Order: sequence, then structure tokens, then C-alpha cells
Amino acid sequence: MSETPPDLEHVNVAYVANLARLELSEEEISRFEGELDQVVAYIHKLDELDLKDIEPMSHPRPSQNVLREDVVTEKADPEDLLQNAPARVGDLVKVPQMMEDV
Amino acid sequence: MSDLASKTLREAKTLLDAGECSSRELVQSVYDRIQAVDGELNAYLEVDLESGLAAAEAADQKRASGENRALLGIPVAMKDLLNVKGQSCRCASKLLEGYTAPYDATCVAQIKEAGGIPFGRVNMDEFAMGASTEHSAYGLTKNPWNLDYVAGGSSGGSAAAVAADEAIVSLGSDTGGSVRQPASFCGCVGLKPGYGRVSRYGLTAFASSLDQVGVLSKTVADAAVTLQVIAGHDPRDTTSDPEPVPDYTAGLNGDLSGMKIGIAEEFFGAGVRPDVAAAVRAAIDQCVNLGAEPVPVSFPHLEYAVSVYYILAPAEASANLSRFDGIRYGNRVEAEDPVSLMRKTREAGFGDEVKRRILLGTYVLSSGYYDAYYVKALKARALIKQDFDQVFTQCDLLMSPVAPTPAYKIGEGDADPMAMYLGDILTIPANLSGGCGLSVPCGFSDDGLPVGLQMLGPALAEGTLLKAGHAYEQATNWTGQKPELAIG
Repeated sequence: MSETPPDLEHVNVAYVANLARLELSEEEISRFEGELDQVVAYIHKLDELDLKDIEPMSHPRPSQNVLREDVVTEKADPEDLLQNAPARVGDLVKVPQMMEDV
Repeated sequence: MSDLASKTLREAKTLLDAGECSSRELVQSVYDRIQAVDGELNAYLEVDLESGLAAAEAADQKRASGENRALLGIPVAMKDLLNVKGQSCRCASKLLEGYTAPYDATCVAQIKEAGGIPFGRVNMDEFAMGASTEHSAYGLTKNPWNLDYVAGGSSGGSAAAVAADEAIVSLGSDTGGSVRQPASFCGCVGLKPGYGRVSRYGLTAFASSLDQVGVLSKTVADAAVTLQVIAGHDPRDTTSDPEPVPDYTAGLNGDLSGMKIGIAEEFFGAGVRPDVAAAVRAAIDQCVNLGAEPVPVSFPHLEYAVSVYYILAPAEASANLSRFDGIRYGNRVEAEDPVSLMRKTREAGFGDEVKRRILLGTYVLSSGYYDAYYVKALKARALIKQDFDQVFTQCDLLMSPVAPTPAYKIGEGDADPMAMYLGDILTIPANLSGGCGLSVPCGFSDDGLPVGLQMLGPALAEGTLLKAGHAYEQATNWTGQKPELAIG
């Protein structure tokens, strides 16, 4: 799929949904395709602008690296965090098997 | 005193300080009002009376022992994406059903430090994506002025609660107009501080370069008092501004002499309804009568703002929302392998509008598309910032409508997402540039719905907006008007 040139008119929702880890129904795929194609058609309005010599603005504030001393400042109780885990074993979050048995 | 819930923050504080009411009575009164009207409005997702009363009694004891603080004993309704330790924080999403916040957002900690009481979780569009609060997984919020109309959004619960006297004051968040637009729709005051003025730590991230915590209140002075508490640098948010916080109430003297108000005709252009434009122009005339000087300015790139926003905001959202994967928190749909678990969890947990934005954001960021959309949008963003920079060399603030229309009928926005996105055109520029914005009630539409006057300033100009908003408010009586709820 990465070999084909980008399609700037049409959103391939099934492909994008996979990248976004969304398991969409067939009905959702066709509905979102129609809606997103409309939005994409609209945002091409930017093609009217001459942006050749413009510096991209990724952030409203001038950003710089911020350093601090490497000392522990948080005193969070692990239980406060783990209580939100959907499944756990003791102090660990339980998930399905990640790797095949070897 | 039975109508404590109808008081402004400053009135309530004065009563508390004079010993004419207790915080316990105040919190109870707010709760009683919620009980009376919220069955119909649905501004609140959750209210814990017991913990509210306990905090109120603690505040009353502090006051009795001679202590006093800016918000001592005042309940503050929290938009459901602000973390308050021990309370739910679902972002109005099914995905976060059952989630309990493990820590306080910095703005919440500041409210508590000032003696305020986080009281109630108010409704919103899921993950702040939407402009009507119809995209909440827990039911929409109705407009207190007409129950057939939307409250606006995404901070619709905050706005409706304040407008219907179900809250003294509320904190919301504004990524593309989500504080100012519902304030305009519901007839209350909405303040979006400049980017960096208030810490975003503990505000569930939607689009990190655009998000800002804001205030919804009954008066401009109440917004000033609340901003005073939550503004300032936070080492936990490296994008928060290190500049010192000025005294926001000091300038509230009603005097606008010498203030230059920019008026850009682009902000009254396509899509702005004539009755909305008329109310806003009358408000500007009123400010001129108070001593301000009108200055015609131009904002040539306004028409590109929606395109820029609907590339950048979904792009940032698609990255930020990748954390909701069903692994560490939230609702999980179990599956054989981790990737299937994530796919099923996100499919079941997110609503349509959130899915649309994740898909759009993933599309514009995906391999081969990045330069065509994302980089282009970043460059066009720079042009919008340049427009503001140019405008603010000629005037102190810009005045415009908040939204092209007043509140619309429930269900009307659903059919056409693109039409809903276009409604954000007048509020989005402040988020793209990092400037501040204020929405102040300035009259009513032909169909009897509130209309908001928007004031826009550069970063760190909140004091100027509050001064102008307060002067306008004092000279008129729009903010004192209350909806007549058939209920309650």
C-alpha cells in the first residue's frame, strides 16, 4: 500500500482504521468514507495559498528543552493507578499473551 | 437563604465572609437546584453530595478559625476531562466508564488550595470533540433558554449549569472554541486564557498545541477571580508560561478610554446571521460610548482557519488518543491477542465523532500524506498568527461574534459534520495563534436565544479582555438575565 501514490481525494477508511487500531463495521466504513471525503475536499482550500517560504508553526509558544534535577518528586500510590486496570494479577496489569511460545 | 445557587461567585463569597451563609448551605443549595432542574437539562454526569458537604464543613471550620482564601467554601463544577483525585473522569466516553482519577490536575489543585470545592462532573462532547454536547456518551445537555436547542460545546455542561444556576462557576476547556461557544449559546461568560497561561497538567489531552483550561462564570469579574487562582507557571507543564500573573481584578473599573478595539469585517462575513451581527455591532458601539476607539483592521486568512484546524486538531488527537487502548485503564473488550483487544476496545468505547477525528488525523499523518496536509497546515497556521500579530500592532483587542449563529435545534448538526465544523470559524483562530478570548453575553437573537460578544487578544492580554468585558457588562444588563425554566 505504501508503494501507491497518496490519494488526496479519497480516504481509504479500512486502511486508516487498521493504522488507528479501530475495528470498524462495514456500515461504519462506508459512512465515514462519505463524511471524511467531504472534509478532505474542504481542507484542500489550503492549496490556494502560496506557502513556499513560510516557516511551519507547530506550536504557539517558542519551545525549548527543559531540564531539572533527577530527583523523585511524585509520591503517587501505585494502588491509585492500578485500581483502574481492567485486569490485574497482584500489582501487575494482566494482558493477553504478547509472544508465541518458543 | 433559599436562592444561594443563583448568586455570582463574588456575591457568594461576600455572603460567606460576612457570615450570612455557610459553605454547607451554599453547596446544599447548588445540589437542590441540580435536583430540581437537571433531570431535564442533563448538565451533570455525576454529583457527590456527601463529599461536597464534607469539604464545605471543613471550609466553614477554617473560616470560623479566622482563615480566608480566594475561593474558600465555593463549589466549582468540573468538566469531565479534568482529573480530581478520587472522582470519576470519563471524558463523557464509554471507554472510561469506571475510571477514577488517581491525581489532581494542577488547576484543580489550585482551586482546592484557594479553598474551592470541586463539586460535580459536568457533561461535554466525548473527549471534547464536538460543538453541541450531543456527542456525549451519557446523553446530550439541553439549552436552559430553550429545551429544544443544544447547549453548545464541548463545554456544554459547564455553560448550561452556570446559566441555569446549577453551579456558581465551572472550569471547562477550549481547543477550538469549546468554552466561548457554549458560553455564547447559554448566555454566560466564557474565558479562554492564552496558551500557556494555565497549566494543562491533568487536563485530558485532545490537541496539545491548542488545548487550554478555561472558566465559565456568571460575570466577567467572577472569571477574573477564578483565573487569578488557576493562572501561572507549572513545572509539570513545560508549555506553561513563566511570566508573572498580574492582578486581574485591578483593572475592572469600567473605564475604556484610550482602549483600541479592532473590527475585522472578515469576522462578520459569510455565515454570520444578521441578528447575531446586529447584536455584536451594537455591543461594540456601546464600548465606543464607554470611551474605546474603534479601529478597522483586516484578517485576510480567516477563511483558512477551519481547514488548518481540521488537519492539526485531528492529527494531534489521533496521537493523544492512542493511549486509550484498553490495557492500563478504561473499559476493555477481551480478545485472544493484544492487537485485537485494542481494536475491539476502541471500536466499542469511542463514539462516532471521536472515530471520525481519529480516522482523519491518522489519514493526514500517514505515510505519503504528511507534507500534503500536516506541514501545509502548520505553514497556514503561521499566516493566521501573522494576521493576529499585524492586527495587534493597531489595536488592543479584536471584537467579533463568538459564533456565526445562536444555538441550533437538537439533532440539526448531526446530519452534516462539515457544517458543524464550519461553525467554529470565529473561535478557532485564537487557539491556532495561542491568544486569549472572552465571550460575554450581548443580547438575544430573533428567536430569543443568547448571543455572545467575542473579545480576542494576544497571549498574556487576559487583563485587557477582562477589563473591557467587565466595563461592557456593567453598562448593560445582559449577564443579569436568567432563563425562565419551565421546570424547577
